[in-house]
Amino acid sequence: MRLRRFLGTLPVVHQFRQSVGLQRGMLVAGLIITGAFALLAILAPVIAPYGFNQLSTDGESFGSQQPPGGDHLLGTTVGGYDVLSRVIWGAQTAFFVIIVAVLLSIFVGVLLGLVSGYLGGWVDRVLVVIADAVYAFPTLLLAIVAGIVISKGQSDLVGGVFAAAISITVVFIPQYFRVIRAEAVRVKAEAFVESAKVVGASTPRVMFRHVFRNSTRTLPLIFTLNSSEAILTLAGLGFLGFGIEPTSAAEWGYDLNRSISDVTSGIWWTSIFPGAAIVLIVLGITLIGESLNDLADPRLRARRRAAATPADAVAATVPAAREDLGEVR
Amino acid sequence: MAQTQPAVDIRDLDVTFATDGGDVHAVRKVSLQVQRGEVLAIVGESGSGKTVTARTMLGLIPETATVKGALFLGGEDVVSISPSRIRELRGTRGAMIFQEPSTALNPVFTVGWQLAEGLRAHGNVSKQQAHRKAVEMLQKVGIPDAARRVNDYPHQFSGGQKQRIVIAMALALEPDVIIADEPTTALDVTVQAEILDLLRDLRAEFDTAIVLITHNMGVVADLADRVAVMLNGELVETAPVRELFAAPQHEYTKKLLAAVPRLDIADRPQVAPSDEPAVVTATDLEIEYPGRLGRRGFRAVDGVSFEIRPGEVLGLVGESGSGKTTIGRAIAGLTKVTGGSLTVLGTEMLGVRERAFRPQRKDLGFVFQDPATSFNPLLTIAQCVAEPLIVHGVAANALQARDRVDELLEAVQLPREYGDRFPHELSGGQRQRASLARAIALDPKLLIADEPTSALDVSVQARVLELFGEVQERFGFATLFITHDLAVVDLLAHRLVVLHHGRIAEEGHTADVLGDPQNDYTRRLLHSLPVPDPVEQAARRARGPLASA
Repeated sequence: MRLRRFLGTLPVVHQFRQSVGLQRGMLVAGLIITGAFALLAILAPVIAPYGFNQLSTDGESFGSQQPPGGDHLLGTTVGGYDVLSRVIWGAQTAFFVIIVAVLLSIFVGVLLGLVSGYLGGWVDRVLVVIADAVYAFPTLLLAIVAGIVISKGQSDLVGGVFAAAISITVVFIPQYFRVIRAEAVRVKAEAFVESAKVVGASTPRVMFRHVFRNSTRTLPLIFTLNSSEAILTLAGLGFLGFGIEPTSAAEWGYDLNRSISDVTSGIWWTSIFPGAAIVLIVLGITLIGESLNDLADPRLRARRRAAATPADAVAATVPAAREDLGEVR
Repeated sequence: MAQTQPAVDIRDLDVTFATDGGDVHAVRKVSLQVQRGEVLAIVGESGSGKTVTARTMLGLIPETATVKGALFLGGEDVVSISPSRIRELRGTRGAMIFQEPSTALNPVFTVGWQLAEGLRAHGNVSKQQAHRKAVEMLQKVGIPDAARRVNDYPHQFSGGQKQRIVIAMALALEPDVIIADEPTTALDVTVQAEILDLLRDLRAEFDTAIVLITHNMGVVADLADRVAVMLNGELVETAPVRELFAAPQHEYTKKLLAAVPRLDIADRPQVAPSDEPAVVTATDLEIEYPGRLGRRGFRAVDGVSFEIRPGEVLGLVGESGSGKTTIGRAIAGLTKVTGGSLTVLGTEMLGVRERAFRPQRKDLGFVFQDPATSFNPLLTIAQCVAEPLIVHGVAANALQARDRVDELLEAVQLPREYGDRFPHELSGGQRQRASLARAIALDPKLLIADEPTSALDVSVQARVLELFGEVQERFGFATLFITHDLAVVDLLAHRLVVLHHGRIAEEGHTADVLGDPQNDYTRRLLHSLPVPDPVEQAARRARGPLASA
């Protein structure tokens, strides 16, 4: 539910009620998938049949590479872990990474972008140069450096998660920055911003009430990209051996890595399930992001109401159509 | 193709858009013919289906549209032929001139390249041939020094020249019909007059049919041979232009013609001179936009002196680039004053700090030109109108301000329920009224209206202007009314200042300036303004153009 609480700032329920048709379908699908993973993450101790680092019950070893069935619904890995339990516990790790990475980058990136875009001047120029410089760094390299600095090579849960999250943060602050800055530059030239200035609104008020909310349209979209990138980076770290040790936390990327040799020998269950988990969680979050993106803007939101003029009706679904239909604004 | 065959033959055209809000019948059973060499004007308000009808001729309508009936473009039924065939027809049989020349041209290619592209897309033309043809076309539409300028980029041309280039592109393949969608709406009056002349000449030279979509009855009177009036997707009246203006048959046509602002030169009582200090005083005002590094800045306003007295409506007239908007923005503190003196509500604006001017802002209202962007799209109308009240501490939040907001909406004749709507749910005219409500929220001493009606339909414009006058009389604020439309200031302003290239060309009482202009430029402006009366316009045209100053 921590993801939900974060989304609470973008009132999901409110937007769900607003939505119709395909937009609602997308939102619902995304919410169900993401919600299911969130539930898995929270209830992992209850749902998972075994611990993520459990190798035996009652002194009896699970055995390695056991096919699905019996005591192990999804089989066991080459290391002798229960696949189902690892997948369930893995959700927890994934959410940790998303939350930490997003929290660290979104506030800084958005604020810097807004200030830089709205105020302009030398602040803007310096920030843009720094952002460009950071862009040149490969994510994974940063992640490895961060991993070494934070956990000194030992990868426990917190160390691994933070290594992934911080590298994501460093790379994504410029992305949030860029997107918000570009939007802020566009929006600040709009008449309603000038109108607010004429009215006498203070700079912070203009920035946050008028520019900010009109600049965040693409935010859900980057947020989802960010989330999936966070998960993928964590997996990449695991693959390179900088990830989280299987004894400290369950991590899909690590499991995938271990299953590489299994694939050629016909052992499918060790790779399919963690892989599917990664795909599904990224899909779910992306669906939410996409539909929130549309719903947050009253001009993109689809409606059921009949419209007075043809231009209005078409404009309800195709925002640019108003001009196409020749309505002189 | 036989000459007797009409260039465009529309039979029972029916266009329906499928939308989430149900089907919208945009065009209903419209039948029209356009002969070669004829100019047919389609007039009507936004959403009347005039643009859809015209665009259907070139198949330029969204996929959601269902088209019934037949539309023959040079003998081929556009409704039933394949999309690829329609593409071939575009340019060769029918071409389009767009409203906004600056967006119709691609900024990253030279105009020559863009002209040549159209030529090369149809038929086997070599690069050199296309280039030669491009130069020739530019010469035809009156671009001076065409051979050199063909390699220039769109931003190096003025608005009128860009529209000429768009026209050249439309004419390049000598189509049977040109669809001109508000071809002069975005242009200055004097430029508009030139473009209309050009269209007239080209029609004579190429024998092209022109379908003119416009809401400007002056343009219709000037250029059109026949007029089709559309209302809610239906063709309500078609008549030769003189007949239509002399004896409109349909109720709606009568209303439309009555709404057209005319230069009546009404003698309006002047505001009694009072001892109160002027609201705005400009003395040798200079405003310069900084140039790029190493280049001189652009002086938009150069030594302008005027004053606005309390309760007076001052019309600031000029074409684009005359500095009229810059002056308005300087008074509102949106643009820096770089020289001379500008006193607004007792504050000297030369070198003023925003912090020092902020308290004065509550006595200042501003109505912006574009109703589409002057409201924060994420706030309701009530929240937007409440903004000045909140900023100046009259109300703590939008909810508290609601009573006052309702009053204001009522003052501008908007139902109070509209307060809960979002800006995009209002029409342009309604938004402009809401904009006025926001501007007068704090009972200001000065209102700056920057082309508040130039984006509106004629009949809507008439209502908004009327309302403007009423509200101004009721609240008694001084107004700076910035516009390019002389007929509009004639309706409202007590005094006029005519600007030309950043200097004052003429100033005086409205009736004097419009009735007996002393300055050449003012005279040219007045002459360029097409009269919404074909007979008089033809007579004026026959008298010949004034020697251009």
